[in-house]
Amino acid sequence: MDALDVSRWQFGITTVYHFILVPLTIGLAPLIAVMQTMWVVTGKDHWYRLTKFFGKLFLINFALGVATGIVQEFQFGMNWSEYSRFVGDVFGAPLALEGLVAFFLESTFLGLWIFGWGRLPKLVHLATIWLVAIGVNASAYFIITANSFMQHPVGAVYNPETGRAELTSIWTLLTNNTALAAFPHVVAGAFLTAGTFVAGVGGWWMVRSMRKAKEATEPEVAKKHEDTARTMFRPVTVLALWVMVASGIGLAITGDIQGKLMFEQQPMKMASAESLCHTETGADFSILTVGTQNNCESITQLIKIPGLTSFLADGTFDSTVEGVTEIQARYEEMYGPGNYKPNLFVTYWTFRAMIGWAAGSALLAVVGLWMTRGGRVPDKKWFGWLSILVIPTPFLGNSAGWVFTEMGRQPWVVAPNPTGVDMIRLTVDQGVSNHSPWTVWVSLITFTVVYGALAVVWFTLIRRYTIEGPLEHDAHPPGDDHDEPEEPGRPEQLSFAY
Amino acid sequence: MGLQEVWFILIAVLFIGYFVLEGFDFGVGMLMPVLGRRKDPEGDTRRRVVLNTIGPVWDGNEVWLITGGGALFAAFPEWYATLFSGFYLPLLIILVALIVRICAIEYRGKIDDDTWRRRCDWGIVFGSWVPAVLWGVAFANIVRGVDIDADKQVTSNLFDLLNPYALLGGLTTALVFALHGAVFLALKTADEVRTDAVELASRLALPAVPVAGAFVLWTQLAHGKGWTWILVAIAAAALLGVVAFTRAEREGWAFLLTSIAVIATVALLFVSLFPNVMPSTLDAAYNLTIENASSSPYTLKVMTWAAAFLTPVVLIYQGWTYWVFRQRISTKHIPPSIGLPLERR
Repeated sequence: MDALDVSRWQFGITTVYHFILVPLTIGLAPLIAVMQTMWVVTGKDHWYRLTKFFGKLFLINFALGVATGIVQEFQFGMNWSEYSRFVGDVFGAPLALEGLVAFFLESTFLGLWIFGWGRLPKLVHLATIWLVAIGVNASAYFIITANSFMQHPVGAVYNPETGRAELTSIWTLLTNNTALAAFPHVVAGAFLTAGTFVAGVGGWWMVRSMRKAKEATEPEVAKKHEDTARTMFRPVTVLALWVMVASGIGLAITGDIQGKLMFEQQPMKMASAESLCHTETGADFSILTVGTQNNCESITQLIKIPGLTSFLADGTFDSTVEGVTEIQARYEEMYGPGNYKPNLFVTYWTFRAMIGWAAGSALLAVVGLWMTRGGRVPDKKWFGWLSILVIPTPFLGNSAGWVFTEMGRQPWVVAPNPTGVDMIRLTVDQGVSNHSPWTVWVSLITFTVVYGALAVVWFTLIRRYTIEGPLEHDAHPPGDDHDEPEEPGRPEQLSFAY
Repeated sequence: MGLQEVWFILIAVLFIGYFVLEGFDFGVGMLMPVLGRRKDPEGDTRRRVVLNTIGPVWDGNEVWLITGGGALFAAFPEWYATLFSGFYLPLLIILVALIVRICAIEYRGKIDDDTWRRRCDWGIVFGSWVPAVLWGVAFANIVRGVDIDADKQVTSNLFDLLNPYALLGGLTTALVFALHGAVFLALKTADEVRTDAVELASRLALPAVPVAGAFVLWTQLAHGKGWTWILVAIAAAALLGVVAFTRAEREGWAFLLTSIAVIATVALLFVSLFPNVMPSTLDAAYNLTIENASSSPYTLKVMTWAAAFLTPVVLIYQGWTYWVFRQRISTKHIPPSIGLPLERR
């Protein structure tokens, strides 16, 4: 492999890794803020315990999210220096804004949240987690506007003297229609991920507590466990299930909007998502296709829904959708010889995987809401297992969606905007740094090994803390019997220390 | 003053902020095993005292680097591209160190097990020493210049980067950050840990002051401008002041002075660089300057507005965080470990 391939693998591996952790952070921060708000408003210690329980899981995840995110900030310059030169004028701005607006906010206030229990007044402490929740979502917005520029460049001109894209309107860049569709889609995906996580963990614990209550011989112990299931895990699970329903609907709507934009702005991505080899009127949506995907002539579509692709593209069943072959010919005419087709196999299947994995969350949402209807608290073992087993599915869906978005953009790193400035386009081979393959191999192997080891640690900790459940020492908030100290004086012990 | 000059100064300010704030974070991590020796019966509690002096703030401090990187990308994309592709392997090692440090700090207390904690301690020490040395090496090389060809590609290899001046730079940052961290610990701890930190700071000053003095002097003689002798004098005076105030146990003043020493040194490096951002040792015509490496005037203007509004806000809330957690910590304040055993009992 040459440096280009190794660099692409490296960016793919590090980004997918980062984005396993990111959606959970984006979605879980607001959910924890809601739990803590419930505690502050209702004064019920159950919500405090839940805040601490999910807060621990959140922090384990946040640490690795930060660690993997740092790499991304520098990888553009390290491996894609020619790309960085070409778009830095435009692309750097949202990155710097992300740091100034979002990263400072989330990291500073997360420190205050972790160490501020019992030291900050209750409402100020509550405000810190809300600021973290705002920070993580704001950071998503800025980085998605940066990415959307690569998908659909706007707000810039090409300067022939420097050979660079130059920013002309920050407002146009920040209101790119691609970004305005992608941001809610990503956030909805993140809320689905966090909702599924909380509902999964909560549902499992609900069943577990009910079973413990059944098995207990002493009535007091039985009552305690049932109380835990009924008053602590049931409300949080139901809350998360409704978050899943809402974010699922949001995902579908924003996904549809994105599809229609893609049809106009990145027709090649749309065509390859469908393995649509030739232009068709009233194009069908294929569910199952066999054959060598990357060879247009050898594929057979087995199951298809008539006209659905046309409908997805512009809302009518008989519109014309351009095929891969025709777009290739058109691009060769416009941009010179070259292969402008993405990997059709990957784009076809990741598109289906993205949608398909949502079935996991949908199943849990429907079954969970049914099992908890009218104040019921389920104690069926299978439901506990279903809750846990569904947790990975939104993570897989997120990854599939990003792989589709990014690999569908190939061979471009800045895809040409059909209604934009013609010269603002760059293929990946023009964007890569001038390194020898072994240099990039060293970093690829290093990151893969380090990330792999940390993934094991991360999973061990998440699993361990989930199984342990809410801890006894978090049963009651600090300073419960007496109010928060007015003047942050000198408590005998810190409420939290690393 | 043009916007390119403004952004050169802002980049310098971001990196000065990073080195002042992460400087003592690195120092704290570097000194953790020294102040909390394993044989000491209170060793682990002492290590936790040391670590918790930066507990609530280290993550926010590190964002100065991320934002510095983002600002470099936005304001001087050519500088960003040339620097990070040219210093590929040192940067890779720094990134690995930072990754390991973040996870080690956050995960250390999660499991109540000696082996677990020992491994995390290794991670913290590795993740603190390595960037402390390598940032010095990298910045010395930026000032000294590397082989940059007509296509703005750095052609120096790793061994070219390990020249005497750069190695002295790495030694300087390591020693100064260690001293900075020791003084910070003296300021933030109480009782025995404080006494030991004061003593450690006095001892660290012995190598740190002459080494840093030599590096600053070399920088001034080889790359400085006439008026930058003032920065040399400030750095030297601050370092000598640290020795005096540490002896007198006036930690607040000593910390202010190590901060000033870091500020003066980094400022000297940036001023020596100006108006270049990365000089080429091959041909002065290939130098990257604030003129040929910067973004367009519009981008600089937008970013200037953003920085003008947002930076004060960040400074206020970060300052407030330091105020909230201003009290000194001693072994008495450290609660027992609330980590879980690795496997369920």
